[in-house]
Amino acid sequence: MSERRFNFRTDEALFRGGTGLFAVLLIVIVGAIGFELYRQSILSINEFGWQFWQTDVWDPVAGEFGARPFIWGTLYSSILALLISTPIALGIAIYISELSPTWMQRPLVFLTELLAAIPSIVYGLWGIFVLVPVVRQLQVATPDWMRSLPFFTGPPLGVGMLSAALILAIMVIPFSSSVAREVLRSVPQAQREAAYALGATRWEAIRMALFYARTGIIGAIMLGFGRALGETMAVTMVIGNSPRITWSLFAPQYTMAAVLANEFAEAASELYLHALVEIGFVLFIITLIVNAISRAFIWSMGRQRKPRAALRTAAARASA
Amino acid sequence: MMRTAWRKFLSHLIVILCGVSVLVALVPLVLILFYVVTQGISSLNWGFFTQMPRPVGEPGGGMANAIAGSMIVVGLGALFAIPLGIMSGIYASEYAGTRLASAVRFAADTLNGVPSIVIGVFVYGIAVLPFRAFSALAGGVALGIMMIPLIMRTTEELLLLVPGSLKEGALALGATRARAVFSVVVPAALPGIFTGILLALARIAGETAPLLFTAFNNGFFSTDVRQPIATLTVQVFNYAISPYPDLHRQAWAGALVLVSIVLFCSLLARVATARMERMRRGA
Repeated sequence: MSERRFNFRTDEALFRGGTGLFAVLLIVIVGAIGFELYRQSILSINEFGWQFWQTDVWDPVAGEFGARPFIWGTLYSSILALLISTPIALGIAIYISELSPTWMQRPLVFLTELLAAIPSIVYGLWGIFVLVPVVRQLQVATPDWMRSLPFFTGPPLGVGMLSAALILAIMVIPFSSSVAREVLRSVPQAQREAAYALGATRWEAIRMALFYARTGIIGAIMLGFGRALGETMAVTMVIGNSPRITWSLFAPQYTMAAVLANEFAEAASELYLHALVEIGFVLFIITLIVNAISRAFIWSMGRQRKPRAALRTAAARASA
Repeated sequence: MMRTAWRKFLSHLIVILCGVSVLVALVPLVLILFYVVTQGISSLNWGFFTQMPRPVGEPGGGMANAIAGSMIVVGLGALFAIPLGIMSGIYASEYAGTRLASAVRFAADTLNGVPSIVIGVFVYGIAVLPFRAFSALAGGVALGIMMIPLIMRTTEELLLLVPGSLKEGALALGATRARAVFSVVVPAALPGIFTGILLALARIAGETAPLLFTAFNNGFFSTDVRQPIATLTVQVFNYAISPYPDLHRQAWAGALVLVSIVLFCSLLARVATARMERMRRGA
């Protein structure tokens, strides 16, 4: 009898230890990513320090490494993408969770998720051959008085910030909208009923729900922001890959992810390689912070009521 | 009275705008699918799957090496991501309250948010630099790392959905915890886990960025995991940015193959989950 109990205990220990080992391994991988990126960029960190992020000149041949244009391009393109995608993503979330007939919900969810499933490289290909020519025509048609504004200067190339922001916006919509949808679903029905009972119109009731869900909605938008920051292929193919800092939407620019994609495999010197890895390291840190904040927002929304688990899986699935 | 009319008008306006935003999002989806199909179909034939790339200027040719390469790299990734993902998923659901379980959940979410290009840089440091060679194996590691959190989360989620009474029944019959989990709980969730793996494979097969400097590229047919290898996505990228219309056509055909894989897997997953839900409701 006592031997039997012992067996149970070792069995339990083996099971817990065995599966736990894999769990620890997963954590180790994440830690290793941070450590390795730091280790591989140490030369550049020591050589340039903060100067690296305050210099505008990127000329690997001359040994000049300034990464400010890449930070600029990444932030500018992602923020522009958010400006375009947020109203649309919220509109979709509201439509699916509040307005559409029940039979339409599933197909609509499927279609928006399909938008998330299309590979980045396909977006890029479509961007080069379909979107960029359209953007070029738009730029050509831009009236002269607009061209004097700082946002619309430069020759109409097609490739550039505008194309990148547009394609990023399309790619980000499904992520923000699916989380926003789940957040709205977690708003108690009584909220809306109370609003209607007070004589609210449909929009006023929705506005109440949006206000109730505000933290979760901000989290959903942040999640999309994190996606946009790290998006590589599609942006690389349409942004024009030219390191410069300008407000112009027409001008070719560069992002952190894009410079890695283009130059990493051909980095000739050790310092060049370390400088590139440092860009990757900082991108890693930024996305880490943005995602953590976004998840905190989404979770805190769930914590008010029960369906916390549902929200969390929604966030996980959306970011998948 | 004026005010009520205005409120009603505003409400209608916003309802319409929400509907319009759905249409606005569907336009690019339809356009992308339309272009990929119409542009890709003309170059998509049997030869695309069986022939090697031809030199520029010679019509025809295919991506046989890249298609085989993609399968190899994705397979290598799955080989280590599936056990790791499933086992850590089991831990997270079985010991849901523990600190390690929250930590692994957090790590998986974090990993999920890491840009794919950064994972490529990481794998370059651990699997390319030490051997001074790009390799299919390194590409597999990069894709595997991207797959792990997807599989871990699906496994955890689905195991938590299995009714507790099933496990309790097994335990009451004298099964050990490991036995109860592996012979009763996991099999009950298996169809769902398979679906999750399928979706993860589809997503990973479309990744380009982590392969650019791990698997790199190869002009020849290679099955050697220690050598650089061509993949469908990297090939599409290289063809897309080349100046030759012939190669552009091939790129569209490659994109059509990629999109078909994704569509097929998503539909299959949808059918599978719909069936599972019907079963649950029937039970």
